[in-house]
Amino acid sequence: MSETDERADVTVDAVGSSCPGPLMDLIGKMKSVESGTVVELLSSNEGTEKDLTEWTEQSGHELVDIVDHGDHQSYYVRKR
Amino acid sequence: MTERIVIVGAGTGGIVLANNLAEELATEIDAGDIEVQLVNDGEDHVYKPTWLYVPFGEKTLADATRPLVDLVDDRIDLTIDRVDGVDTDDKTVSLAGAGVDESYDHLVLAMGAQVTPEETPGLAEGGHHFYGPEGAAALRDELAEFTEGHLVVSVVGVPHMCPVAPLEFALMADAWFRDRGLREDVDITYTYPIGRAHGIESVAEWAGPLMDGRDVEVETFFNAERVDPDTKTIHTVEGRELDYDLLVAIPPHDGSDLVREAGLGDDGWVDVDPNTLEARGADDVYALGDVADLPTSKAGSAAHYAAGALADRLASIARGERPTAEYDGKTVCFIESGTDEATYIAFDYEESPTPKPPSKLIHWSKLGYNRSYWLTARGVL
Ligand SMILES: Cc1cc2nc3c(=O)[nH]c(=O)nc-3n(C[C@H](O)[C@H](O)[C@H](O)COP(=O)(O)OP(=O)(O)OC[C@H]3O[C@@H](n4cnc5c(N)ncnc54)[C@H](O)[C@@H]3O)c2cc1C
Repeated sequence: MSETDERADVTVDAVGSSCPGPLMDLIGKMKSVESGTVVELLSSNEGTEKDLTEWTEQSGHELVDIVDHGDHQSYYVRKR
Repeated sequence: MTERIVIVGAGTGGIVLANNLAEELATEIDAGDIEVQLVNDGEDHVYKPTWLYVPFGEKTLADATRPLVDLVDDRIDLTIDRVDGVDTDDKTVSLAGAGVDESYDHLVLAMGAQVTPEETPGLAEGGHHFYGPEGAAALRDELAEFTEGHLVVSVVGVPHMCPVAPLEFALMADAWFRDRGLREDVDITYTYPIGRAHGIESVAEWAGPLMDGRDVEVETFFNAERVDPDTKTIHTVEGRELDYDLLVAIPPHDGSDLVREAGLGDDGWVDVDPNTLEARGADDVYALGDVADLPTSKAGSAAHYAAGALADRLASIARGERPTAEYDGKTVCFIESGTDEATYIAFDYEESPTPKPPSKLIHWSKLGYNRSYWLTARGVL
């Protein structure tokens, strides 16, 4: 377990979802959490990294870390 | 012992399944070996795609409904009641009105999706939608009065029913205002949650230039967090603000509390095997249509094709045979791209769709299908 793993306040499991499911699941969660919350998104979709990088750049929420678990990835995003 | 199949929900998925089972298992049902019970919380079957045309005065709410008794095969035990509990250990469902528990050997959940505009603060008060009968009728009245200003078509909830309905609404509104000579006085903006105009990449590639050509402004990465009905402003998760005069939103959707309470899916959508439609959380439970968490769109065609495959599987199981039919994710969506032309997309779990050039013929096919839909509901088509 990496340091960031322990810092996630909420986890959204979108493993197996096809694009744009994972990003949408994350955004849905971001609507309901407080500013400063770190949300971990679990995704196995290869398009997620690009979608998420673009979205965080546009929205100002911070993509803190990406951890590769082999068959899926964890994306940590902090709500601004 | 009579083997009991209980289906909850007589929408597109539930009714096609019930009527297919009536046909496939006619002998067993007549002999009293198998019973199929279809439970729905209203007396009518509702064909939701009709609602897209209601705001433009092209269809009425009555066009969307038919009494279930006229559509459901006599071999099916049709029960009008609301299921308010599912016990997968005892293998029973409870009927709220009758206050009884019905036992099942095989349970199929087909409760569809619910719209929950109240989930987004200010949206129910400040916005309109065409995702329910009252909403579609209220929007028709509002549109009839709307002669100038900023119309915003905003996809707030994802996943939502019919992946293409928001695009269709924006393109139909453009044509409708043009036909009425008002287009110069109406600005139209379409907003979408991710970085392109549609979730399906090929549809986004097709729709982007089309919207551009029709002078429909497209805002991407736009996720409404709240709506201020007084100032008529949408505030987004991305920190943006957009003013509107008339907001037509695709509201957030929810699955069913029954699903959550029965431990069949945390988000209210039933966690299923996408090919066999078997629930992962319990034995002998299946889900199809919008309430199933499937990697395809929440579309009537998906519910229809899944129901065909599930009918084959359940008929095999009921006869003691090994089921081999599987649902491959087949989905077909017509896309209205104005008031007199349309295209369509067809795809499955493996194949992505490619929209064809819009034509009048496809538009008439969509209208024709809407009429012949009642044959689909009967299990004929
Ligand atoms: C505006 C609009 C346009 C659309 N256009 C298209 C289109 O062009 N093409 C397309 O393919 N799809 C379209 N769709 C989507 C399509 O209507 C749905 O995907 C389809 O109806 C799903 O079928 P279903 O059987 O899963 O659920 P539904 O058809 O929603 O049926 C669910 C049924 O379950 C009942 N029910 C719910 N809870 C309970 C309970 N607890 N107890 C008893 N009964 C219950 C409901 O009353 C309902 O009768 C559109 C949808 C909308 C809203």
